[in-house]
Amino acid sequence: MLEALKKARLATAAIVVIAVLLALVPLYVSDYIMSVFILLFANIALATAWSFFSGATRYISLATAAFFGIGIYVLAVVHVYVPVWVALIAAAVIGFLVALVIGLSTLRLRGVYFVVFTFGLTELIHQVLNWWEIKINRTVSRYIFTDVSNVSIYETLLFVALLTIVGSWFVSQMRLGYALRAIGEDETVARHAGINTTRVKVICFALSASVMALVGAVLALRYPYVDASIAFNSTWSFQVLIAALLGGGGRAWGPAIGAIPLVLLSEFLAGTFPHHFSIALGLCFVVIVYFLPGGITRLILRLHHSWQTRHRRDHAGAH
Amino acid sequence: MAEHFFSVRSLRKAFGGLVAVRDVSFDIPKGSIMGLIGPNGSGKTTVLNLITAELTPDSGSVLFEGKEIIGLQSFQVCRSKIARTFQLVRVLPYMTTRENVMLGRMFGSEPVSPSQAAHDADHLLARVGMAGKANMFASQLTYIDQKRIELARALATHPQLLLLDEWLAGLNPIELRVGIDLIHQIRREGVTIVMIEHVMEAIRALCDRCVVLNAGGKIAEGTPQSVLSDPEVMHAYLGIDDAAA
Repeated sequence: MLEALKKARLATAAIVVIAVLLALVPLYVSDYIMSVFILLFANIALATAWSFFSGATRYISLATAAFFGIGIYVLAVVHVYVPVWVALIAAAVIGFLVALVIGLSTLRLRGVYFVVFTFGLTELIHQVLNWWEIKINRTVSRYIFTDVSNVSIYETLLFVALLTIVGSWFVSQMRLGYALRAIGEDETVARHAGINTTRVKVICFALSASVMALVGAVLALRYPYVDASIAFNSTWSFQVLIAALLGGGGRAWGPAIGAIPLVLLSEFLAGTFPHHFSIALGLCFVVIVYFLPGGITRLILRLHHSWQTRHRRDHAGAH
Repeated sequence: MAEHFFSVRSLRKAFGGLVAVRDVSFDIPKGSIMGLIGPNGSGKTTVLNLITAELTPDSGSVLFEGKEIIGLQSFQVCRSKIARTFQLVRVLPYMTTRENVMLGRMFGSEPVSPSQAAHDADHLLARVGMAGKANMFASQLTYIDQKRIELARALATHPQLLLLDEWLAGLNPIELRVGIDLIHQIRREGVTIVMIEHVMEAIRALCDRCVVLNAGGKIAEGTPQSVLSDPEVMHAYLGIDDAAA
C-alpha cells in the first residue's frame, strides 16, 4: 500500500515536471519545431482517446476522422459568432452528443461489422456535409478567421493531451475502467457479472469522441480554410489506430509512447523522401509490427520486469 | 397461496422448428439445492440462459421472490441476486484472478469501490482455495482453478440464487470431494442453488430435489433417489433396450 502511494507520488511529480518543461518549449524553439510538437500533441490526445475506448473494449473504431472532422466543422461554423473558447467547448459537446446517438444505434455490432460501419460512417458524414454545403449553402469551403497564436494552440493541445492521459489513467482505476476491460475480454461474462454493458460502451465511446472533436477544433485554428475533404480525411483514423497499436495497450501512457515515434518518423520521411513517403512509412510499420507485436509498452514492461528480477537476484545474492 | 422463493412457469423456447424448452415449470424452496438433469441436448443450459436473460423465452414466466424477472436484462438479473457460472468455463483471460472476482463485487447486487472489492475478492479467493494465485492472469490457470474463480466471481455478486452449469464436471475424485463440500457450505450460508450436473455422486450427495428434462420437456421431478429409478428417466438416459436389460 505504502509502495503504491510512493509510486503515485512519483508519477504525479514526473507528470508535473514534464508538463512544465513542455509548456516552456515555445520560448526556445523555432516555428517549425513547434508545429511538429503541435502535431505530436494532437496525435497523442487522439491515440489516447481512441485507446481509452477501442483499446480497452476491442471495438475497433475507424470513426476517429468523423469526430475529428465534426470538431473542425463546429469550430469553422461557430467561431464567427462566439469567442474561440466557447467554440472549442461546443465542438467537444457536439462530438459527445453525436457519438452518443451513434453509439446507441451501433454498439451492438461486433468485430469486423463495427470496424466497417465506423469507416463508412466517416465517409457518410463527409459526403452529406459536402452535399449540404454545395446545395444548401452554395459553398465548398469555410474560412477560419482567428487571431489565436501558435503558442496558444501549442499550450492548449499540450493541456488536452495531458488531460486525456491523466483522465484515461484515472478512469482505468475506477469501476468504469474495470467494466471497459471486462467488456473487451468477454462481454457475456461482463453482462452476467452485473455490468450495464450498453451504458458503459456508449458513455465511453462518447467521452472518447468528445476529445477527438476537441482536438479537431483546436487544430482547425491553424487552418486558413477547411472543406469536407480536409476535415473528414480517413488518414487520421488509420494513423491514430497505428499509433495506439504501436504504443500498445494496458497502460494509459501506451498510446502516447506510440504516437511519438510515429509523428517523428512521418515528419522525417515526408522531408527526406517526399515522393515515396507512404511506401517508406508502410515499410517501417511492417518491420515494427513484426518485431514488436505487443507494442512498445510490452517491450518496456518486459525490460522493466527483467531488470527488477535481476536486481532482486543480485540483492539476494549479497546476503 | 404461499409465494414461492423461485418459480419457473411454463417456460418455452424454440429455435426455428426445434423446441429446446417445452413448457417447463418447477418451484424451488429457499435454501435448497435443486438438480437440473437430463441427457445432452435436453435443454438444461437453455433453461439457465432463459432465467439469466441470455436468451428471451417465447412464453412463460420466471418469478423470483414473487417478482417477474423475464424482461430484465442480464446485468439486472445479476443485480437482483441471481448469479451463474458457464458450462464451458468463462474467465477474463488477461485480467488477474483477483480482478476477475472483483468484477462481481463491483457490479453485483451490492456494488463497492475497487479497493474494497479487491479486499473482499481476496477473502473469496481464499475460500475457494485460490489464496496464493490472486496476481496470476486467469489465462495461466488450470481448468480447475478457472472454475474456482468463476465460482468466486459469481459469489462476489452476493447472490441468493446460484445457478451452476456443470460446475463439477471434469474434476478428479479428490477435487470432486472438495467441490461438493464447497457447494454444501455455500448452501449452509443460505444461498439457494440450481445445479445442472451429470456427476451422479454429486447429485446424490447434494440435491434435495431433481428436475429431469428430456428433449426440452420435464419428464420427472422428485428426490434424486426417486427420479433416478424412474423408468422414463432411465429410458431417456440409456435408451429403451439398455434400460430394460
